[in-house]
Amino acid sequence: MSSLSSTSDRLFTAALGAVLGMYVLLLLVLLLADASFIRWADLRQCWADEALRASFRLTLVSCTLSALLAVLVALPSAYILARCRFFGKAFVEVICDIPIILPPLVLGVSFLILVNHVRLGGASLEEWVGRWSGGAFGITFQVAAVILCQFTVAAAYCIRSLRGVFEEISPRTEAVALTLGCSRSQAFWRVVLPESRRGIGSAFTMAWARSLGEFGPLLVFAGITPFKTEVLSSSVYLRFTTGDLHGAVAVSLLMISVALGVLLTLRLLSRRAQP
Amino acid sequence: MIRLEKLHLSLGSCQLRGIDLELQRGSLNILLGRSGCGKTTLLEALCGLRPIDSGRIWCDGEEITGLPPSRRRLGYVPQDLALFQALSPRQNLVFALEIAGWTKAAIASRVEELCRPLKLEELIGRPSLQGFSGGERQRLALGRALALRPRLLLLDEPFAALDPELRQELGEMLRQLVREEQVTILMVTHSRAEAEVLGDSHWRLDQGVLKSGLA
Repeated sequence: MSSLSSTSDRLFTAALGAVLGMYVLLLLVLLLADASFIRWADLRQCWADEALRASFRLTLVSCTLSALLAVLVALPSAYILARCRFFGKAFVEVICDIPIILPPLVLGVSFLILVNHVRLGGASLEEWVGRWSGGAFGITFQVAAVILCQFTVAAAYCIRSLRGVFEEISPRTEAVALTLGCSRSQAFWRVVLPESRRGIGSAFTMAWARSLGEFGPLLVFAGITPFKTEVLSSSVYLRFTTGDLHGAVAVSLLMISVALGVLLTLRLLSRRAQP
Repeated sequence: MIRLEKLHLSLGSCQLRGIDLELQRGSLNILLGRSGCGKTTLLEALCGLRPIDSGRIWCDGEEITGLPPSRRRLGYVPQDLALFQALSPRQNLVFALEIAGWTKAAIASRVEELCRPLKLEELIGRPSLQGFSGGERQRLALGRALALRPRLLLLDEPFAALDPELRQELGEMLRQLVREEQVTILMVTHSRAEAEVLGDSHWRLDQGVLKSGLA
């Protein structure tokens, strides 16, 4: 009986492992296909391109800023959604999910309309920013648009992820902190945040990865201007549409390497921070 | 002395009606009752974690009915202990003292006082709560709740998940705390035998009404 049961256990685990194995294989085959398609010279030529290096730098900076902003906004939002009951909560939850369910292009169009065509006090938001900064700053087709698009999508994912993290922490833990002399905010900073630090790390990682892959809204709202608003995802598109398939694949491989490097580093750091 | 006057509270299907209770300083008081009868709700109401419908709560002559949990100076150990997993055992123990702004010297002295009766010396030197046994966790949670010398210590089935030997040992520890530190304790338990051995006074919740005695 015991041996029968252990055989069935092994079969069960093997079946699950096979499904996982097939999916991992698919991803590996995709990577190998990319790697086999390009030559070493393509990679060197790609990296020699000044515009691509600027795109690489902007990608790193904008993804990091967007992810930081997303976590900063998601922390209080997710905590309120996890802990509080209030009128219209279901509506707020649906609104927060909009960037997840919306086609990416639509988000870009919406930003374009909001910033350029909705007039407040006789001028659009773009015009107001121009006036306030004496023409020094703008939003549309600027770096600000890149960060705004990446942040908006990443924050929605962060809120979902952090909400789950906060729901996992027993409200009783906070209740005990209150009886030990904490105010609500002290309980949040001293108990809830330390307990959710791994979750916050994961949310940041996810936000960073989401930002890296963002493309649709950037195309519409930020444009693809080399040395200005071009990020790696748009570099791939740019090369592909101009018929430079080898260049597109080389940039893709660069993106994959960056993503793997950053995600692995963050995961290792979060493991080290584990109590 | 702790006094409850005509405390009324309804929370879903759980109702507490006209609870009158008086607990003497330096006594161990037992609260019995069936599951779901409102024992935990009563403890949480005492701590200020549940709003009450009416009634008054007095503590050493001071009315604390409207005070937030942080200003009641009551210690609470819930059934799941709710230890702070991200903090070290020592950080758990001195949590309330740091919040209250005690000096390092005062904290060190209080830690020493707590370690002896609760046998925490070795435990608070460990880096994390990982690997703590049920009894060790229990003792640490007790120490954390006692650190600020609460006027009343509320224990919600503190020995529920422990084996009989450990239950006896911790029971003796509680008796010692009551005797030596004049701690007032209100403890929820399901065990009649434990109630008989440990309790100075006994109360039971029956259909939302608090009655005196074991029977």
